Amino acid sequence: MTHWIVAPIILPALLAPLIVLAARYHIGIQRVFSVAGVVALIGLAAGLAWQVSDGSVIYYRLGDWAAPFGIVVVGDRLSTLMILLTSVLALFVLLYAIGSGWDDRGRHFHALFQFQLMGILGAFLTGDLFNLFVFFEVLLIASYGLMIHAGGDARLRAGIQYVLFNLIGSTLFLFALGAIYAETGTLNMADLAERVQLIAPEETVGIRVAAVLLLLVFAIKAALVPLHFWLPSSYAEAPAPVAAFFAIMTKVGAYAIIRVYTMIFPPDLEVTSGLHDVWLLPAALVSLAIGMVGVLAARKLDRLVAFSVIGSMGMVIIAISLFSPAGIAAALYYIVHSTFAGAVLFLVSDLVRTGRGNVDLTTQAPMIGAVLTAGMFFAGAIAMAGLPPLSGFLGKLLVLEAAFESDLMVWIWVIVLSSSLISILGFARAGSIVFWKAHGVGPSEEPVADIESPATLSYVAVGGLFTLLTLHTVFAGQVHGYTTSIATQLFAPDAYISTVLDTPGKLSKPQDGH
Amino acid sequence: MELLVASAIGVMTAGGIYLVLRLRTFPVILGISLLTYAVNVFLFSSGRLTIGAPPVLSDDVTTYTDPLPQALVLTAIVISFGMTAVAVMIGLGAFLGSDDDHIDDQPEPRETEGQP
Repeated sequence: MTHWIVAPIILPALLAPLIVLAARYHIGIQRVFSVAGVVALIGLAAGLAWQVSDGSVIYYRLGDWAAPFGIVVVGDRLSTLMILLTSVLALFVLLYAIGSGWDDRGRHFHALFQFQLMGILGAFLTGDLFNLFVFFEVLLIASYGLMIHAGGDARLRAGIQYVLFNLIGSTLFLFALGAIYAETGTLNMADLAERVQLIAPEETVGIRVAAVLLLLVFAIKAALVPLHFWLPSSYAEAPAPVAAFFAIMTKVGAYAIIRVYTMIFPPDLEVTSGLHDVWLLPAALVSLAIGMVGVLAARKLDRLVAFSVIGSMGMVIIAISLFSPAGIAAALYYIVHSTFAGAVLFLVSDLVRTGRGNVDLTTQAPMIGAVLTAGMFFAGAIAMAGLPPLSGFLGKLLVLEAAFESDLMVWIWVIVLSSSLISILGFARAGSIVFWKAHGVGPSEEPVADIESPATLSYVAVGGLFTLLTLHTVFAGQVHGYTTSIATQLFAPDAYISTVLDTPGKLSKPQDGH
Repeated sequence: MELLVASAIGVMTAGGIYLVLRLRTFPVILGISLLTYAVNVFLFSSGRLTIGAPPVLSDDVTTYTDPLPQALVLTAIVISFGMTAVAVMIGLGAFLGSDDDHIDDQPEPRETEGQP
């Protein structure tokens, strides 16, 4: 048993109150703590990922109570990949927030950011469904604060929408957990994986309901159509670094679907047969189509990016819903890509806002820093729309290749390819209106008050994310090889289950007297 | 007993869903509170309904009630209570700021000049 696996949860959990209590009025100290914490997290995550890269499963029992009774934190290839992705994204988002001054426009940005990190990392590492709920709530309540950071009426209105939608999601999650506990008597994922197999086919009504409810909850998190309505407003109105960091939050939903529906309700289980190909796949196809049509229809740059996030989640869920090793491997490759690409586009749209005061898709005078911003938008759009040479293209090819085995292969190919075309049109339209046509308009007569040149650190942060996207493309072979090994591990969960359940720990014994 | 608990959960859920669909801040928050009451009772009953039995081990007792759902309910109550408070505060801020308590996006006024 290694203690390191619990450190990615403990570190931000301790850092956040420290920032609130000790450095409340000192933005400089907050920044130092926050960046140092995230850098340490990257180190931890990389170390853990290296440790499990040989296929082993590491775990930590809190209080040393044995698995089905106590709380376990489990790290395998999938969860360590996700925590590494989260902490790397967090670093660049944080650099952008510091560079652009967003963190100083309201109170407690860094503390909330650390709490959010704690929730996300906890959700990736927990081995227990109820703790998944608890960590979802931790990340959500921090995200409520981040979402309305810096205030403003439009942001508050989008915020209340976001909060209420997620509260309903949490309630559904609790209903699902109650149903699962009533049917199986456990909420430990490894224990559930064994017990669900034992339920007799004629007694599966309750567990079926629970499986569908759980899928609904994760679909809300992953913004799958028709449960995506919370996303466009809240991501568009959220402060740009927060929106960029939220790019990982939809992936938490995708991760939960992968984890629960490969281990507890595997595709060959009779109880949930049909859930993946009858419900999940068509919903994902519609998500992709709606997201990309939204890109074409958006009248503001930030909404355009929000819809492209819905579209890319559709692509991820298409690959997941194939539930084959090739599909999951493609989905994981695409998850890494779309996290970085979505973050880049949100940050670029903030660069546009900084340079010209708004993000309306209308022709205006050239903005400050137009050349660099335009180049970054161009590259981000290429990545998100999935054109060569960036990783979006490779990810899409992998998804299409994995779709060969599906019955709905024709549909997948048609929708993926046509939605790519639509998104290319959408991004080309936006780019030409914002950057290109601007040269036909002279500088405006009345000086606009709140425009300024974006800070260098902002460009560095966006450039860093581009470097990661490029590396993700250049080393696509190695990355895809690793995601394939993740998928293999996911479809052979016996090692995970036996590691969690069979290692002896402290068991509660009845004691005399009470 | 089962009928009473089940119908209570059902009625609260139905009322909650109805209120949530009203799409104004105040009814929605009330609706979500009702939903959380329903889910708390539901969680509580997920360990089977046992009357008058202790949840902790002791020598002179043979029947027990399941203690785990009680712990789960406690967590759920704390979380949903906090979340509702946050929702009330943000909702109040949004209402005072824009003098409008609709949850859904209002249609944007179309620009008559036309898009370039």
